[in-house]
This record gives sequence, structure tokens and C-alpha cells, in this order.
Amino acid sequence: MNIVVCVKQVPDTYEEKKLSDADKTLDRESVEGVMNELDEYAVEEALRLKEAHGGEVTILTMGPEKAVETIRKALSMGADSAVHVVDPALHGSDALATSYALAKALGTIEHDLVILGVESTDARMSVIPAMLAERTGAAQLSFARKVEVDGSTVKIERQTDTGYDVVEAQTPAIVSVVEKINEPRYPSFKGIMAAKKKPLTTLTLADAGIEASNVGLSGSGTSVAEFAARPPKQAGTIVKDEGDGGVKLAEFLASQKII
Amino acid sequence: MTDVWRTDERIALRKVVRDFTEREIVPSLAQWEEDGEVPRSLHKAAAAAGLLGTAFPESVGGQGGSTIDNTVVSEEILYSGGSSGLLSALFTHGIACPHIVASGDPALIDKYVRPTLAGEKIGSLAVTEPDAGSDVAGIRTRAVRDGDHYIVNGAKTFITSSTRADFITTVVRTGDDPHHGISLLVVDTDSPGFSVVRRLSKMGWLCSDTGELSYVDVRVPASNLIGAEGSGFIQVAQNFAGERLGLAVHGYGVAQRALDLTVAYTKQRIAFGKPLISKQVVRHKLVEMTRAVDVARTYAHSIIERHCAGEQVFAEAAMAKNQAVEACSFVVDAAVQLHGGAGFMRDTEVERHYRDARLLPIGGGATEVMNDLIAKALFG
Ligand SMILES: Cc1cc2nc3c(=O)[nH]c(=O)nc-3n(C[C@H](O)[C@H](O)[C@H](O)COP(=O)(O)OP(=O)(O)OC[C@H]3O[C@@H](n4cnc5c(N)ncnc54)[C@H](O)[C@@H]3O)c2cc1C
Repeated sequence: MNIVVCVKQVPDTYEEKKLSDADKTLDRESVEGVMNELDEYAVEEALRLKEAHGGEVTILTMGPEKAVETIRKALSMGADSAVHVVDPALHGSDALATSYALAKALGTIEHDLVILGVESTDARMSVIPAMLAERTGAAQLSFARKVEVDGSTVKIERQTDTGYDVVEAQTPAIVSVVEKINEPRYPSFKGIMAAKKKPLTTLTLADAGIEASNVGLSGSGTSVAEFAARPPKQAGTIVKDEGDGGVKLAEFLASQKII
Repeated sequence: MTDVWRTDERIALRKVVRDFTEREIVPSLAQWEEDGEVPRSLHKAAAAAGLLGTAFPESVGGQGGSTIDNTVVSEEILYSGGSSGLLSALFTHGIACPHIVASGDPALIDKYVRPTLAGEKIGSLAVTEPDAGSDVAGIRTRAVRDGDHYIVNGAKTFITSSTRADFITTVVRTGDDPHHGISLLVVDTDSPGFSVVRRLSKMGWLCSDTGELSYVDVRVPASNLIGAEGSGFIQVAQNFAGERLGLAVHGYGVAQRALDLTVAYTKQRIAFGKPLISKQVVRHKLVEMTRAVDVARTYAHSIIERHCAGEQVFAEAAMAKNQAVEACSFVVDAAVQLHGGAGFMRDTEVERHYRDARLLPIGGGATEVMNDLIAKALFG
């Protein structure tokens, strides 16, 4: 079972994020880049499947030069090799364009299964898994909280609001995972030392057969029209209890039309 | 200039250690301080993350790498909210196992080193006795050969992790010569006649259990002898440099953490209408603290690099320890002072570092003993 894990580098969740004024895209240089948290679960699941069934795990990342740090982390966790799609023309690609580029890159890697997180913490669109399935014709198994593989059959428990569904498909399949699925491992020291020696292929648009007109800011179907910083938090109202605290609270809630 | 401390790999290692510390250590440290020990599950988790085996060769179940990598692990645990006591509890194998590894004895390595690096066993090193601490050649615990066993009688005290340990690398007397009559013997803690007399209660290092041990006619297989009989003193001495450099790391590492906490505190604490950090006296104190930490670290780093390159750094390691320990004592004291009343409170992190730090000038070779050694090296 050869598995590709799509991994994205995102700005550290705890850092202040900035959009650049010039083209309204995320300023990725000014913040610490980390592996999208859900992708850690995806890498872990791929490694567990590999440990149980054999095969190879390849990391696929589209992103700037800097994203190589995140690729290395995935390799140090135990993935075998990586493909990095990096080209200035990709800058500003929206979900549609990204799914197109990733689908093209996937075409250069032999695989049975693609695993990815259900969403990235920066864009929160949660559409790439579905778009990739549509573009590649692979079966879509989404929101997996458990994955089982038997030959060419992939069975998942699909997390729902009230419980789970069991969904099954034949490979090739695309599985998106939720954080319930496992506990990602820490990269070991040995893994860290080995990561630099693992094969890392860099693909430009031309290498992957990606049409420049379909990606980047101009190739994107959506664009950011405007953005604004979150307004600063307002000071709250403090109700001092002088025996009438309950009444005052009720009055406050009523004034806010909550009760 | 390439900085061996900040290669891509070591930056990645720092991130893993920081992650591990924030997730697996910091949330439970207060509880472990109360419990008087760290749980075995922590050893398992640290082993799974590959943190127990840095600087131990892969051939004995380690992760490979050098003392630099090992130092990076210790530094980052301290910088991200661990403690000196925590390091001593979790990394006791760093003093309990090196002699076994160096002996190359496959049976001892399989029985003790591998499971310890896998987080399944805990080992201690017992040198100190009620009547002999700094003066290692003064130990009296005796091992007498009886067929293919040794019979051990004596007492050890102040032994880290020994109330939890599965085995104790014990320094014993096998002959009368002060130095050449000393040997190293691995004693299983479930051997009849071995007992933990009591768990000692301490000023600091509260999450690190410390025991007083008794050996009464303990039969130990002669195959548990590490290296040749009579080579114990040399084996212990061979690890002195590494051990002292390790404690230097505790020194500047704790100091750096206490400094960071104090800078943060003085920035947010308002007194007389302004943040404390705006006062010149406070600023100068913080600068002196920073200088002390940075000088201690820079010196220790340079000696660790030379140690890794195979150079003999006996006196320098002792100086690195004294420099770092002095910096630490100064910094934790100033940190408590600048925290005011809060610094005296149990829930304030610098309060713990203050107590923990008091051991550093005593353990692993007292400051005066280090100075004696340095003087001997310098002036004969
Ligand atoms: C929390 C803790 C954990 C420990 N863990 C271990 C362990 O795991 N294994 C182990 O074997 N030991 C351990 N020890 C023991 C430690 O190594 C000794 O306490 C240390 O070596 C000092 O020995 P001592 O206590 O006997 O002091 P002594 O040797 O009695 O010295 C007392 C003091 O006298 C002074 N002094 C000593 N020698 C000289 C000299 N030559 N010149 C001038 N002044 C001198 C110093 O100020 C010294 O602090 C631990 C101790 C503590 C407190």
C-alpha cells in the first residue's frame, strides 16, 4: 500500500497573522511556519498503515521554499520521501487552483491512497479533499476517525455530529482524517538525523505539467476583496453582588435581549 | 560561521523537546513535586519520543548523536518549563548506564541498558555513603567474592531515583587500596538483603526521589561486575567531565528560565505607576543576570564542543560547572527578589528553581572540590 500524505505548512496558530496589503495574501514569511496540525494526524495514520501493511509513505507539499522545514518534520516522523511543488507562479492560489496543482503533482507519484487532514488551520475551507477526489476520480472517504485497509478495500468510520457512519471504497481513495483518529508521534532524534538524507523531489509547474494560467492569483476563481483586523476586545461589564446580584444579572441579560 | 548548536537538525530537535515538555511535563510537574517522584509512564513517553537515548550509541539501544545533542535536550526541557529536579529524575540513566556501555559487556547491556533507554527500567548510581561523599576513595561498602557471586554489605545515601530503581550501579570496595580497591557492581533492587531504608525529604528537587539504601549480605552474580575488578575508581572518574558538564547545563539552563520568567514578570508588574522593568535598578539587574547566563553558557558550550572532539577537559569541565552554578545561584536569587512576595510563594515557578538550584554547588562535586581539582591542574 503506497500512500501519499498531503501536508501543508501553515502559520503557527498562536502567532499574529498578517495579510499583505499589496495582494491580500497571507504573509508567510513574517510568521513561524508549522505543520498544519491535522496533517500530523494524517502522517501518523499513514505511518501506522505502512507499519501494518508495508509500502511507502510519500509527503506531498505545495508551498514556498520555506515549507521544506515542514516536509523535513514529516520525514523525521518516518515518511520515506517527499515531493515539494514550489514555483513563484503558485503564489496566491485559492482552493480550486491548489487542488488542481496537487492533483497534477499526485499524477507524478505512484500511490494507492491519499491521506490528508480535513482542513488547514489558516484557510479553514475544508474543501481540498473533496476537490482532489473530484479531480483525480478517486473515491472520497472523508472525516475519518478510523481507517482499515484490507487488500484494495479501504474502510473508514466517518465522524458525524451524532456518531459515525461506516464507509467503504476501493483504492485509489482519498481519506481525510479528524484529530480523533490517533495520537501523532514525536519525531525521534534518529528520525531527525535521517530526514535530510531522504529523497526530496522538487517540482516546478513545468515538471508537474501544471498550466500557469490555472494557478496563482490570476488563475484563481476566488479573490479576497477586503480584509480587516479583528476589533479589539471591549471591556466587559462587572456586576458587583451587593445582595441584588441575581436581579442585576437578569436585568443585564434582559437588556441584551438574551432572556 | 556554522553554529553547531543551531544546525537544522538541532533546531528540529529543540522543537520536538519543547513540544514534549509543554505537553507531557509542564502540566503535571506540580503534581510530581507533591508526589515526590515522576511516574514510569513519563520514562515510557520520553523513550517513545527518542529523548532518553541521545548520546547513547544505537548499538546499545540509544539514538546516537553526541553530548551536544544531549545538551540540546536538557537545555530545551529547562527553557520550556521543566526543572533541574525533573532532569535528574528522568535522566538518572545518564549517570547509571555509561559505565555499562563503556564496558561493552553484551549481557549487561541487554539486561540493563536497552530496557532503560526504552523507558522500561530505571537505574541509579550509588557512590555516596553516610561517611563518604566528596571523598569517593573513602567508601566502605564492601563486596567479597564467594564463588561466582559477590556478597555486598554496606550503606549508600542521597541516591537519586533509588526508591523507584530496578537496578543500582553500586560503587563497592573489593580491596583495601583506596583507589585500586574500588569496583562497580550492578545490584538488582529485588535482591534479598537489599532495601531502601527511607525516602529522604528535601529542600528542592522534590519530583526526584532520593533514597538511603542498605545492603546486608546481598548476593550479586559476579557477572554483574562492570569492567575489571579494581577499575571502579577509574571508571567513575572517566565520567566526571561529562557529569560536571551536565550539571553546568542545569546551571545555565535553570538560570535562563528564571531570567525569562523575571523579564516577563517585570514587564507586566506595575509599581509606582509604571512597569517594574522601567526602573533603572531593575534593568541593570536583568542585564547582569543576562550576562551571567550568557557567559556561563558560552563557556560551557565551548568546553562541551572540545569534550565531544575528544579533548581532555578535566579542569575546564570543573570550571564550567562552577561558573554555571554561580550564575544560577545569583540569577535564581535575583529572580525571587524581583518577583517580590510572589517570588516567595509555592505556586510561583521561580520559587521552585530557587530551591532546586541550591543543590547545584553541592552535588556532582562541591564547588570547593572543583576548585581543588582546578588548582591541582593549574599549579600542580
Ligand atoms: C538531592 C541529591 C541527590 C544526590 N544524588 C546522588 C546520586 O544519585 N548518587 C550519589 O552517589 N550521590 C548523590 N548525591 C550525593 C552528592 O554527590 C554528595 O552530597 C556530594 O558529593 C557531597 O558529598 P557530601 O554530601 O558527603 O559532602 P561532604 O563531602 O561531607 O562535604 C561537605 C561540604 O564540605 C565542603 N568540602 C568538601 N570537600 C572539601 C574540600 N576538599 N575542600 C574544601 N571544602 C570541601 C563542601 O562545601 C561540601 O559541600 C546526591 C545528593 C543530593 C543532595
